[in-house]
Amino acid sequence: MAAHLKKRVYEEFTKVVQQQQEEIATKKLRLTKPSKSAALHIDLCKATSPADALQYLLQFARKPVEAESVEGVVRILLEHYYKENDPSVRLKIASLLGLLSKTTGFSPDCIMDDAINILQNEKSHQVLAQLLDTLLAIGTKLPENQAIQMRLVDVACQHLTDTSHGVRNKCLQLLGNLGSLEKSVTKDAEGLATRDVQKIIGDYFSDQDPRVRTAAIKAMLQLHERGLKLHQTIYNQACKLLSDDYEQVRSAAVQLIWVVSQLYPESIVPIPSSNEEIRLVDDAFGKICHMVSDGSWVVRVQAAKLLGSMEQVSSHFLEQTLDKKLMSDLRRKRTAHERAKELYSSGEFSSGRKWGDDAPKEEVDTGAVNLIESGACGAFVHGLEDEMYEVRIAAVEALCMLAQSSPSFAEKCLDFLVDMFNDEIEEVRLQSIHTMRKISNNITLREDQLDTVLAVLEDSSRDIREALHELLCCTNVSTKEGIHLALVELLKNLTKYPTDRDSIWKCLKFLGSRHPTLVLPLVPELLSTHPFFDTAEPDMDDPAYIAVLVLIFNAAKTCPTMPALFSDHTFRHYAYLRDSLSHLVPALRLPGRKLVSSAVSPSIISQEDPSQQFLQQSLERVYSLQHLDPQGAQELLEFTIRDLQRLGELQSELAGVADFSATYLRCQLLLIKALQEKLWNVAAPLYLKQSDLASAAAKQIMEETYKMEFMYSGVENKQVVIIHHMRLQAKALQLIVTARTTRGLDPLFGMCEKFLQEVDFFQRYFITDLPHLQDSFVDKLLDLMPRLMTSKPAEVVKILQTTLRQSAFLHLPLPEQIHKASATIIEPAGESDNPLRFTSGLVVALDVDATLEHVQDPQNTVKVQVLYPDGQAQMIHPKPADFRNPGPGRHRLITQVYLSHTAWTEPCQVEVRLLLSYNSSARIPKCPWMEGGEVSPQVETSIEGTIPFSKPVKVYIMPKPARR
Amino acid sequence: MPEIRVTPLGAGQDVGRSCILVSIAGKNVMLDCGMHMGFNDDRRFPDFSYITQNGRLTDFLDCVIISHFHLDHCGALPYFSEMVGYDGPIYMTHPTQAICPILLEDYRKIAVDKKGEANFFTSQMIKDCMKKVVAVHLHQTVQVDDELEIKAYYAGHVLGAAMFQIKVGSESVVYTGDYNMTPDRHLGAAWIDKCRPNLLITESTYATTIRDSKRCRERDFLKKVHETVEHGGKVLIPVFALGRAQELCILLETFWERMNLKVPIYFSTGLTEKANHYYKLFIPWTNQKIRKTFVQRNMFEFKHIKAFDRAFADNPGPMVVFATPGMLHAGQSLQIFRKWAGNEKNMVIMPGYCVQGTVGHKILSGQRKLEMEGRQVLEVKMQVEYMSFSAHADAKGIMQLVGQAEPENVLLVHGEAKKMEFLKQKIEQELRVSCYMPANGETVTLPTSLSIPVGISLGLLKREMAQGLLPEAKKPRLLHGTLIMKDSNFRLVSSEQALKELGLAEHQLRFTCRVHLHDTRKEQETALRVYSHLKSILKEHCVQHLPDGSVTVESILIQAAAPSEDPGTKVLLVSWTYQDEELGSFLTSLLKKGLPQAPS
Repeated sequence: MAAHLKKRVYEEFTKVVQQQQEEIATKKLRLTKPSKSAALHIDLCKATSPADALQYLLQFARKPVEAESVEGVVRILLEHYYKENDPSVRLKIASLLGLLSKTTGFSPDCIMDDAINILQNEKSHQVLAQLLDTLLAIGTKLPENQAIQMRLVDVACQHLTDTSHGVRNKCLQLLGNLGSLEKSVTKDAEGLATRDVQKIIGDYFSDQDPRVRTAAIKAMLQLHERGLKLHQTIYNQACKLLSDDYEQVRSAAVQLIWVVSQLYPESIVPIPSSNEEIRLVDDAFGKICHMVSDGSWVVRVQAAKLLGSMEQVSSHFLEQTLDKKLMSDLRRKRTAHERAKELYSSGEFSSGRKWGDDAPKEEVDTGAVNLIESGACGAFVHGLEDEMYEVRIAAVEALCMLAQSSPSFAEKCLDFLVDMFNDEIEEVRLQSIHTMRKISNNITLREDQLDTVLAVLEDSSRDIREALHELLCCTNVSTKEGIHLALVELLKNLTKYPTDRDSIWKCLKFLGSRHPTLVLPLVPELLSTHPFFDTAEPDMDDPAYIAVLVLIFNAAKTCPTMPALFSDHTFRHYAYLRDSLSHLVPALRLPGRKLVSSAVSPSIISQEDPSQQFLQQSLERVYSLQHLDPQGAQELLEFTIRDLQRLGELQSELAGVADFSATYLRCQLLLIKALQEKLWNVAAPLYLKQSDLASAAAKQIMEETYKMEFMYSGVENKQVVIIHHMRLQAKALQLIVTARTTRGLDPLFGMCEKFLQEVDFFQRYFITDLPHLQDSFVDKLLDLMPRLMTSKPAEVVKILQTTLRQSAFLHLPLPEQIHKASATIIEPAGESDNPLRFTSGLVVALDVDATLEHVQDPQNTVKVQVLYPDGQAQMIHPKPADFRNPGPGRHRLITQVYLSHTAWTEPCQVEVRLLLSYNSSARIPKCPWMEGGEVSPQVETSIEGTIPFSKPVKVYIMPKPARR
Repeated sequence: MPEIRVTPLGAGQDVGRSCILVSIAGKNVMLDCGMHMGFNDDRRFPDFSYITQNGRLTDFLDCVIISHFHLDHCGALPYFSEMVGYDGPIYMTHPTQAICPILLEDYRKIAVDKKGEANFFTSQMIKDCMKKVVAVHLHQTVQVDDELEIKAYYAGHVLGAAMFQIKVGSESVVYTGDYNMTPDRHLGAAWIDKCRPNLLITESTYATTIRDSKRCRERDFLKKVHETVEHGGKVLIPVFALGRAQELCILLETFWERMNLKVPIYFSTGLTEKANHYYKLFIPWTNQKIRKTFVQRNMFEFKHIKAFDRAFADNPGPMVVFATPGMLHAGQSLQIFRKWAGNEKNMVIMPGYCVQGTVGHKILSGQRKLEMEGRQVLEVKMQVEYMSFSAHADAKGIMQLVGQAEPENVLLVHGEAKKMEFLKQKIEQELRVSCYMPANGETVTLPTSLSIPVGISLGLLKREMAQGLLPEAKKPRLLHGTLIMKDSNFRLVSSEQALKELGLAEHQLRFTCRVHLHDTRKEQETALRVYSHLKSILKEHCVQHLPDGSVTVESILIQAAAPSEDPGTKVLLVSWTYQDEELGSFLTSLLKKGLPQAPS
């Protein structure tokens, strides 16, 4: 009887739910589907004037149309099209047809005939152009259908003779996008058809309208992009277009020439008005170089950009781009670069220039001077001096790319790059410094060049200085004077901008390790006899002294004779620095000293494997957990967690993996502990207080799972499942605890409902991974799902409790690459005793400088939190521009945080820390049904939160009361 | 034959006193009205009596155009307009209009107050002269009168410098004034579109020079100043008030800003302050960087550069001072130079050319002991540097501009004859453009081909376009139509429309021709043979055999008839209209050759 009754209740329950769902679904259908075409039809019939009809159409276009109803809508639109007299309405209809045919899931071949049909009868040029656009949309939607493509190409060819440029434009666009690429047809026919399209388009290179000429070139480029091989004959046509009157034509022509030069680099073309012949790529290079001094800056940018990717050009032409013959009053003059080089090689560097130092030398043969070089002469000289910084940046980029592929060119362009360090626009300066860094493998800086480079160290922009430090890290210096110069300038920089400390130390580290032999002769001077450091024992806290030591110690690493030059205190300082700044100071083999470090260095390589093994073994051991008694399991987990943590500390490469697994095990441990609580055996009313531990455990597991999910980079889907599973268990635990502690069923009812929903979501999201979760909590739960759905909350809780106890511990597969996100706040350092004073109610800006490691998408996730002593917390979102990306996986946050508070009587400390914010819906793999653009139910359940991931830094502040 | 005549009154094979007369299509234009630095007598101004001996100048000149505010381009303007007498319009750009009177006033002061000249223009005259000025914007087309129009292009060189295009009908002349093709710290580069003028009049100051990159120069300059200042020395930079001075100021100012330097920079006051004010105002005339950043901060509002006071020269510690005049021949720059010359830590940088005889020239040529007035001997221990910052286009730049504008002829002014010769040769050789270089007073006459615009009716044009299969731009094409000349304008219309407009009836003009053929067969058969023969030859024409026995080719009628006297010959009657003349004559010649022997 009872069973029967229950069944009835449940039946009713399920019935209600289903009905609701059905209702919603039908409502939706009724609302949307018929309304589209029918309503449109009615509207259009109602429309009394063209303006009205246009309004209706505009309104209609705002709403999306489902794939099923597209055809109906199209029919109605076409019907109105035939009736319509007003061209603007026809235009709108034509554009709507194009939009509709793009709808996914709709095959537009059925409307093509109609479209072509109305095209034949159309008179208005604008509508014609729009219809051709529609045909283009249809054609691109059906890339496989050869017949349709052929037909469309035919249509396009017919309308090519139209008088309106718009129509011709669209025709050419159509040809470019759909021009034949048959595979089914025999080879000969294909060849014929292709040539045809190219020839047709090529004929319009000489159209009277510049817009059509541009469109023709663009169509040609489009053909190329679609994989059609362009003919070499186009080259000559394109060359003629370079002298076109219109900039957009020239710009497109430059592109076309570039494309052809990449296709036929080695073919030979004749030089006009002479018998010589050169390679096509060289000729094209010369022509594009000429365009670098075009009248329009758009063309100049285009040309300068393309130059960079012409790597096949012969070196003779390449080097011409930097060549500029100087002349003064008809006498040959040397460039400043040549003079500098000469001075340098003759050994009298840095003499002041005298009047007439640059006096021209030999007479120039007037006949031989060529003022307009046809070829590549001086293209970059012009490009780098251009009026528009866009052109200059493009030229610098091109220089960079060309120099990377040609070491000899790299050597030559050095002077010019160095000159760009003094550009008036910071972006250009920065770009040229980066460029220099990229090609630094190919070059060695001369002393005079180094001098110019180092002069930029005084720049007030931090970005420039840091880029320069990076550059110095990887430059080759030729002489010991160069090293000395660099060191002196870096120290000057250090005194002027103390915040650059870390960057300068790092720079000196590389400078030292790259040039040990050059540093060696400098050591005595640097350590004792240098005027800056002539005290008996220099101050160990002096950043400048540390900088010198970093340089020397890194050089000493590969130069065993160097330590002999050290004095006693140097050794002492070495030991200190090796400890305190171990990332900057390498292990040295010092005479007469047994250092642990010497043993460490070789061991790093050999120990790697065992530690990996150890990790594996300890993890495997844990997975036998199932078979142990609860007490033993707990102990095993505790030990393993401890081991893993220690391993992570010792082996930085394995830190990510170790931490990750340790966190997981900690969750498991908490779960086991919570389930071990006595509270489960006691009657409900008695354990009200004791339940703290279990609920705390549940809460902590939740937190840890969020950390696991969002704080590690490289987490794969496999892990996400396990993490979510653990979270689900925690939620189950929470539910059970609440069920036990609260009386009355009302809140419980909701919670149960919610939990079951979550199980449902879990199942849906991870449906593919479910087979891997054998015997797990969820697996069992899903088996019981029909029963759970029909049970009362109390029943559900009971089932959950037993499944939770019985469920197996899941194996966490280790991801290949996993790194924990971490952050270090460099500034504020938190050491200052001087409070930051400001008037209460006003703001004070606090500079925050932090490095972030392994943070994905820091612009969106990293926040700064300020905690005031009164518990008030403030969250600050740094601007995206405040993040720099100095290397892969590394980010740097340099921002300002504004603090404000009411007046205090005493100075007090505020805490500044970095937070990682997360959004739980971000990680969930998207199911296809979610992409429909509907509001997903996920949004409600997505949880946003933050994880602190840096050590808090204390800042002493003192808001003073305002003086009146 | 229409022609353009150009006569330089100044600046012909010479630098200074720019003044060029151009007559184009009956309009007379004077380009620039400058004075010569080298003379103090009548030769300093152009000889305006060349234009007219006794009539009023206004009657002979349609307008005067001033390219920029340098005195060798505008110095004679008040003399010309007020003393000689000219009341027509004077065109210049806004910045030139603003700065020009300051310089003229300064020039007047020196000439009258210092040198005590009489018969010189007065302040009032400058004011009156400036009232006749019409200011123009860049790229604005100004109608001087119904036919003459002028348009200004950006020229670099100094603030407000412009190139002018003068256009009457289809003839045009471009005058460049002074221009610079490489951008500098405060101005952009000259730019012109492909306007294809009949004549380009260009300056050629640096006709035989190809200059090095400006970056090296700037870097050298900054390095020297920085080093000297770092070692506690003082730097003196003698400049003229306008133009280069502003560039150097910007250069130093930005460098100070970038390098975070604190050493004071001073600028000796005078007319500079007024001029600087205008520099702040005319931001659209400056370069990209200044234009982009002036919203945040106007680059001419110098943060590090302060006004100089006489007493500052004795202050201890490093400093940088800009002082006028530029050649160290007098004034404040010389006073400061005297004070600082004895210390080898100090430095003087000469940013431009110095005329022989000035202190500047002496020290640049290496003289270390200078005799000052009062038989004092000044020993120069300070370092002396020379930096050339010039804002004229070099040979390459001139060629580049000529290439951009694509003129039919080039005329060189504002340069030395010897140097011009070289450039002239190069232009003729490499650009294949004829080039002229008249001396002062010499007239160059250029014949121009007169082009007469003819309006064509749209219907005719469309009909012709429909016939042509492929569009071929820029190629001459044959077109049938009727030219109507009415009220001195020309129209090309279709013949039907012409007839309609003129109220004439159309006359049919038909040609007929008889062709004798030896053929013994009947007329019908002959016609048939003619038909098949023509059909086989004229494939693209429509050949028809009509039931009445005649043959038509398009609209040409061919009838065969048998003359009674000779049965062996047949006469073919060929008739065609005037419009089908071509085809008709072809047909007759074809038929005259006879029919091929028919296979019997």
